[in-house]
Amino acid sequence: MSYESMLAETIAFRGHNGDVGEAYYARPLGAGPWPGVVLIHHMPGWDEWIKEATRKLAHHGLPTISPHLYFREGPGSPDDVGARVRAAGGVPDEQVMGDVKGCMEFLRAQPYSNGKVGVIGFCSGGRHAYLAACTFPDIDAAVDCWGGNVIVDDKKQLNAKRPVAPIELTERIRCPLLGLFGNDDENPNRDQVNRTEAVLKKLGKDYEFHRYDGAGHAFFNASRLAYRPEQALDGWNKVIAFFQKHLATAAVARAA
Amino acid sequence: MCSYIVEKVKLLGSAKGPNGWMRIDTANVYYDHPFHSPLDHALGIDFINEAEGGRERVAVELSADSARCLVEKILAALASGEMAHATTAGATR
Repeated sequence: MSYESMLAETIAFRGHNGDVGEAYYARPLGAGPWPGVVLIHHMPGWDEWIKEATRKLAHHGLPTISPHLYFREGPGSPDDVGARVRAAGGVPDEQVMGDVKGCMEFLRAQPYSNGKVGVIGFCSGGRHAYLAACTFPDIDAAVDCWGGNVIVDDKKQLNAKRPVAPIELTERIRCPLLGLFGNDDENPNRDQVNRTEAVLKKLGKDYEFHRYDGAGHAFFNASRLAYRPEQALDGWNKVIAFFQKHLATAAVARAA
Repeated sequence: MCSYIVEKVKLLGSAKGPNGWMRIDTANVYYDHPFHSPLDHALGIDFINEAEGGRERVAVELSADSARCLVEKILAALASGEMAHATTAGATR
């Protein structure tokens, strides 16, 4: 039996405009080298499940940082801070991208980094992950888990905080993209997922999409009635295999 | 569904929050992903005092059916209560 160990803690990170905020960071203990992953939380906020997901990736040999995207509305509990952000119409895309960039730099600065960084997001964070793949050419792999509003059919939903539908920026994607979706989801619905895939295919992007019957939005989340264990198990396996393939080092495979 | 759609209503009242009773002047109402409820979507209401910065809140997350039932019962309670008080006021005149 091999000894396993992990460190998971709240840390400070430098994000958009140099602002210093809090993040949850989990990593295996050891010398590495390991790649890193930025995990972008869902719209309700920086909650317990997001931290569980962060630790899960670390368990599989992927040091993972989850920035609290709403920290500027603090101090306060993540749910109260999230309520303020919701009332204010969400966080600006530009600010989120700045925070993701700061986390990528943090990961690559670690002495055990292999230099590769992936990004994954859930719900609104899935959209942010797609947007990050369009924004940063140095992302090595991106995972969009049921990100809504990648396609914006009602242009009135575009505003100063979210000025561009990510689908319009797809040409800029340089990394492999994994997408996981529930066929019963309303946002993104099946048609929107199909249309997103059509754009990726047309532009010759390296992508793989997986659709799950009997699942809707947030089917990974064991704290919700939406949880679908079989689909979630398969989906997690696909996420981990995808990161190991595209961020791979021998050490990653060994840690898993 | 990550809509960021929030209905805002001004109101007059009080609510009991983590630090005791507070005056409230606003309710933010939305139907979206909740933080605590296990539901996929919930009707959320945040009672806040916006005039004082809105930092504290009293929050509920309800199922859609629960929220509709609550609306009916609020209206029923208002109707019966106002009628009862009007009757009492008339009888004591």
